[in-house]
Amino acid sequence: MRILLFLGGWLVKAALILLAIVVLNFCLVRLAPGDVATVLAGESGAADPDFLARTRAEFGLDRPLPAQLATYVGNVLSLDLGVSYRTRRPVADMVLERLPATLLLTGAAFLFALVVGPALGVLAAVRARRVADSLITVAALVFYAMPIFWVGLLFILFFSVTLGWLPPFGMRSLIPPSGDLARTLDIARHLVLPALTLGLFYVAIYARLTRGAMLETAGLDYVKTARAKGLPEWRVVTAHILRNAMLPIITFAGLQAGHLVGGAIVAETVFAWPGIGRLAFDALLQRDYNLLLAVFLASAVAVVLFNFVTDLLLRLADPRIGAAGR
Amino acid sequence: MPAAGRSRRISEPATGLRPCRGGGSRGTIFAKREGYSRGKTDRGSGMSRIWKSIAFAAGMVLAAQPLAAQAPQKGGILNSTLWPEPPGIVIGVNINAPTLLPATKMFEGLMTYDFNLAPIPVLAESWQIAPDGLSYTFKLRQNVKWHDGKPFTAEDVVFSFNEFMPQVHSRSKPTFERVKTVALDPHTVKLELKEPYAPLIRSFDTLSAPIMPAHLYKGTDFRANPTNQAPVGTGPFKFKEWRKGEYIHLVRNDAYWQSGKPHLDAIYYRFIPDSASRALALETGQVQLAAQTDIEFVDVARLGKMPGLVVTTKGWEWNSTISWIELNNRRKPFDDPRFRRAVLHALDREFIRTNIFFGLAKVATGPLHSSSPFYDPNVPAYPFDLAKAAALLDEMGLKPDGSGVRARVKLLGLPYGELWNRLSEYIRQALGKVGIQVTLESSDVAGWGNRFANWDYDMTTSFLSMLADPALGVSRTYLTSNIRKGVLFTNTSGYSNAEVDELFAKAAVATDEAVRKQLYSRIQTVVAGEAPIAWLVEIQWPTIHSAKLRDAIINGFGPNDSFADAWLAK
Repeated sequence: MRILLFLGGWLVKAALILLAIVVLNFCLVRLAPGDVATVLAGESGAADPDFLARTRAEFGLDRPLPAQLATYVGNVLSLDLGVSYRTRRPVADMVLERLPATLLLTGAAFLFALVVGPALGVLAAVRARRVADSLITVAALVFYAMPIFWVGLLFILFFSVTLGWLPPFGMRSLIPPSGDLARTLDIARHLVLPALTLGLFYVAIYARLTRGAMLETAGLDYVKTARAKGLPEWRVVTAHILRNAMLPIITFAGLQAGHLVGGAIVAETVFAWPGIGRLAFDALLQRDYNLLLAVFLASAVAVVLFNFVTDLLLRLADPRIGAAGR
Repeated sequence: MPAAGRSRRISEPATGLRPCRGGGSRGTIFAKREGYSRGKTDRGSGMSRIWKSIAFAAGMVLAAQPLAAQAPQKGGILNSTLWPEPPGIVIGVNINAPTLLPATKMFEGLMTYDFNLAPIPVLAESWQIAPDGLSYTFKLRQNVKWHDGKPFTAEDVVFSFNEFMPQVHSRSKPTFERVKTVALDPHTVKLELKEPYAPLIRSFDTLSAPIMPAHLYKGTDFRANPTNQAPVGTGPFKFKEWRKGEYIHLVRNDAYWQSGKPHLDAIYYRFIPDSASRALALETGQVQLAAQTDIEFVDVARLGKMPGLVVTTKGWEWNSTISWIELNNRRKPFDDPRFRRAVLHALDREFIRTNIFFGLAKVATGPLHSSSPFYDPNVPAYPFDLAKAAALLDEMGLKPDGSGVRARVKLLGLPYGELWNRLSEYIRQALGKVGIQVTLESSDVAGWGNRFANWDYDMTTSFLSMLADPALGVSRTYLTSNIRKGVLFTNTSGYSNAEVDELFAKAAVATDEAVRKQLYSRIQTVVAGEAPIAWLVEIQWPTIHSAKLRDAIINGFGPNDSFADAWLAK
């Protein structure tokens, strides 16, 4: 019963948040000057008033703003996200078409960061103030500070152009190999550099976070007790220190998971990865409001969902959380 | 046509082949620079020097063979860049630049135009224009089939000119609204006009008037027609697949009316969003063709030096782009022609040509492009002269204040890339030297378009195609009747001169080429004298392709041609 109440409460809150996001985004995108008719005219090197008027009327852009908002919210509530201004295809189709590519990229980066990041953090904490620690901390700082597009281009320059080990961009080879295994490997090869570029940023964050949390936890009394009991060092580190230092990592992982849908715009642009991050960026420049809003909505849904999941995980990891709320 | 084939090998340098410069036919516009560093001879032994001379002589003999001896080879897949991803690939429904590249491979017009803009028959075998210019009769090619197998007939032409173009093609609408097309028989059409319209004969290319399949479009909503997602044309390539976000895939039309063509098996248009990545794709050979704005001009020189890549500026004669600074004639001080002339004198356009456009440009002199048959170079000139600029400003009463500033103006830069940012910065610097303080404003494409169309700017940089006839591409910028707020590429500067309006109107309907030439000369003199806008350079768009790609740039449309003749050497 309590669980049902809890879920119900969450659903209501989530719905309200999403509605607010939809309305806010709707108003925000229209703040940018110019509209899709202007962009199409600009790219054509020609325009006539007929064309502009017709394009705007087709998408209701000549109606007053509140009317447009009401229509849009009504449509969203009936799960009709509209058609793209530029291609006239249903927006939902366009997003779903490109979503798997983004999930593949961000998912791979996520897993990579989640495995390597804390591992490096643990190593840095265990060898605190020694060479390994310095190296890891400096590397973390470097990859945190360098912009993703710069890291990406450097990787392409080094691994693709100079060494020729990995393909420079795209998701597949131009002539895809035959056979499922060969095709999967082809995509995997194309995935390495973008996932690495995106993941290294988060690795840096996890490493520093883990290192900090572990060093803090390592000074607590129960760790001394564990050592005094005679437990082997590795058990102290993993079962006691790391487990208790996991909380900030879970929190941050939840945040990153929220970015699984919307967080790869830069990496996708540099590597020409056909995902929805790039779709959103192009939609913004082309003032394709329906498409842009649909991507924002998908992103918002992912964030809200993963927030919820993170909440649950935190309660599992630390029973003290939520106990006060009873 | 071997003779024509020979004259079409324009990617070779005009000065002739240089076989001994290693790499054979690596003709580029940068070949000269190459030669100096490679010119060192190594002094071998006497015998090897003799062999070298023999090889040299043999090379010269071989090189002198007619180029037609290089017969096209069948097969091969061409990869080209395309950016941004077009909203559609049916011309008319969309006429964005990226739409044209793939669409011109699938569709054809009645004719196309060569490097001198002279007509070449395509779907029309021959034509006759009545002496009074009021009717045009075309004999259409027979045995042409649409990609779905149905035959091409006069009905398709009638439909395209009477219904399709006027309804969707915003650039060609004014042209085809003047024309009524009737089918005299299944392979003859007649176009009737109420008054003569000289530019009409130059409006039948694929980009302006593609022939559409009446059996698929008649009676439907042209823009929402599902055929738009899998177009059907008469061209050498058929639509195969459009994987959104990745590529457009076209394949050879085996039933193409020119037997033995096309030579290529397939063409892929790959979407690569970042210009550095596109340059990389060319370098690594992943793509073999990039054109116009795909590669930043600063990279073009570097790519041209690479073995295996060729840069050419031919093939944009129809497009004939001029870039200029548009001055809002409605605002002070731009309403005074002296200020506008001062701006022109203050700019070193040769510097702009070599350092901002990296040589891929020619200094513009006035409203017409130098490739136009009506171009007149004898117009008031504006050489780089700071003293003259200062004198004009003094004459206007704009004396420098305490900090040397005579006027404060704003420049809205064109947001199309690094080149335009550099241009804005240069303009600010140059005008600053005569006391015109320029504040730079920036925006993205939609924002720029919005402000430009609504006259919300002091100065802005822009470029525009002059097209095949001044009545089509030039007059729109200067006619009083084309002052329309909210519409791009109209007379946005607000220039208005009744004499010029009348001259343009007369020239559009005159049937005698000599009369038209006179009229356009007068127009150029008057407009150049009043300088409503500050013409900068004629942009010579580069097309960069692999040296293995041959016969791709063979007429005034360059990469926007059908590629029926293009082939890849093994």
